Amino acid sequence: MIRHPKDFFAGLVLLGFGAGAIVIARGYPMGSAMRMGPGYFPTLLGGLLVLLGLALAARAFWLRGDPVGEWAFRPLLLVHGGVVAFAVLLRPLGLVVATLALVALSRLGGWEFRALEVAALFLFLTALAMGLFVYGLGLPFQVWPG
Amino acid sequence: MGHLADNLVLGFRVALGPLNLLYCLVGAVLGTLIGVLPGIGPVATIAMLLPATFKLPPVAALIMLAGIYYGAQYGGSTTAILVNVPGESSSVVTCLDGYAMARQGRAGPALGIAALGSFFAGCVATLILALFAPPLAELALRFGPTETFSLMVLGLVAAAVLAQGSLLKAAAMIFLGLLLGLVGTDVNSGALRFAFGIPELSDGIGFVALAMGMFGFAEIVANLEVREKREVFTDAVQALLPTRADLKASWKAVLRGTGVGSLLGVLPGGGAILGSFASYSLEKRLAADPSRFGKGAIEGVAGPESANNAGAQTSFIPLLTLGIPPNAVMAMMMGAMTIHGITPGPLVIRQQPELFWGVVASMWVGNLLLVVLNLPLIGIWVRLLKVPYRLLYPAILLFCCIGVYSVSNSTFDVVLTAAFGVLGYLFIKLQCEPAPLLLGFILGPLMEENLRRALRLSRGDPSVFFTQPLSLAMLLGAAILLVLIIVPAVRSTRSEAFRG
Repeated sequence: MIRHPKDFFAGLVLLGFGAGAIVIARGYPMGSAMRMGPGYFPTLLGGLLVLLGLALAARAFWLRGDPVGEWAFRPLLLVHGGVVAFAVLLRPLGLVVATLALVALSRLGGWEFRALEVAALFLFLTALAMGLFVYGLGLPFQVWPG
Repeated sequence: MGHLADNLVLGFRVALGPLNLLYCLVGAVLGTLIGVLPGIGPVATIAMLLPATFKLPPVAALIMLAGIYYGAQYGGSTTAILVNVPGESSSVVTCLDGYAMARQGRAGPALGIAALGSFFAGCVATLILALFAPPLAELALRFGPTETFSLMVLGLVAAAVLAQGSLLKAAAMIFLGLLLGLVGTDVNSGALRFAFGIPELSDGIGFVALAMGMFGFAEIVANLEVREKREVFTDAVQALLPTRADLKASWKAVLRGTGVGSLLGVLPGGGAILGSFASYSLEKRLAADPSRFGKGAIEGVAGPESANNAGAQTSFIPLLTLGIPPNAVMAMMMGAMTIHGITPGPLVIRQQPELFWGVVASMWVGNLLLVVLNLPLIGIWVRLLKVPYRLLYPAILLFCCIGVYSVSNSTFDVVLTAAFGVLGYLFIKLQCEPAPLLLGFILGPLMEENLRRALRLSRGDPSVFFTQPLSLAMLLGAAILLVLIIVPAVRSTRSEAFRG
């Protein structure tokens, strides 16, 4: 049935964004063409996005294409988990702890996790970041907890 | 012509100032570095380094950021030739003959001709920028909101048409980008749009967060899908200078590559990549014996490598004269200029001549630095290529996080970057290019503002876009482009359907 899964799902995703934009923009005044309100342009764009998404998804029944392929859930979750952990830990605990979380989690998302190597990488990157950004550029970072 | 000479003198005086010279060098060398490293491109790098430029004067900042783009064109060829992996997407075709040359023990001449060709192309492209940008800017100064809106339509249509992959997808990504650009406070009415009650979103989505997530993080996840294995041809690099026979075989390819690259660089959706592909197929078509290509033909390295450097530089023309970024890197430059308080567009040349001419002159200086430094530094780049990716990507992630946080000291922006990383990975899996989205995102608010003004002037009559001659010409151009691309696409779709 669906011959081009990538296009089909891309179409659905884009359609979803367009429909969402239209629904949300209903809460904003539309105005008129002469006096465009805040809802005018988003509704226009959302409508066009819905049409293109539909066309893309519909076309997937004719065109042929490769399957979407395996999702790399482990790196996806751990790399971005590391980034979010960095963001969450930065203010209360400082740059060093946040860096540790980022390096450790993102390495867990990769292929080889060697504890010693990760520790060395953490120390090197911490020193580099402190030297470049905290002392070199003077960016206002809290470095240590407390 | 006297005018040009005066302006160039002014430019060189700016570019050769000690601070600017230093940042030109830093940008060019950093650009080469990320060009050499596969898996990180100029978009993510500019996003990463932007906060580091906050305390610099705008000229120095732009000189450095520009250096990253053309520097990356020099670095990309090194990896393509030695590892058979494009260090930069604009060096994809260089792998074909460059790597073949390396396997024949001719990595040196391949690297040498890539650098020399890039240098020549860089010089010519700098001159083209200096010659053609001022008159184009004068023309653009006469544009009202109607013409500006139509110009943006033309730019985005061309970007969608020339994008890699499906036109429909690229167009949809542009619309999604335009929508994302509208998040935040509407400048006209003060209404808060698509902010979901999050106070940090009232200023809109940070372009650094969006670009870094989609071009940096998503790319890292995609790279981690498969276990890396890399074979570096290190022993093969001996004599770097091409022989007289090599030069004789490749000088025409360099000339043609420079021409093709300069031309395609100006087009929206162009930049470095398009020129390199076009140059390769041109060389193959013109060759007396096309079967040599893919087996180590030096023209196959000389042409594309000249073209990508020329294109990287001429793609500054639309940004600096029309205020329209033709590709993702220029979209980043546009954001960077805005952060530094400069509105990219036709007024830059007139109001800030030292900025414009300083950046132009710095490109020539940067190219000279690159060709002088690059060849001796190849040993270092080769050693760098041996650093495994598992040590590199945590470093890239950390610098990205620090960079995006430093833009406005906001941890929310870091989380937002992660969200765009996830979205970017989804789009990679679905084969949707992120570059058109970034273009739309940068142009979104501008397009809305110009549409609003144009319609107010015409009392709500949309036909104004077709009755003003310049605007009509631009829309016709867009329509012709669309028809040209759609007709063959329709044909192939139909033949697909008939066959299946």
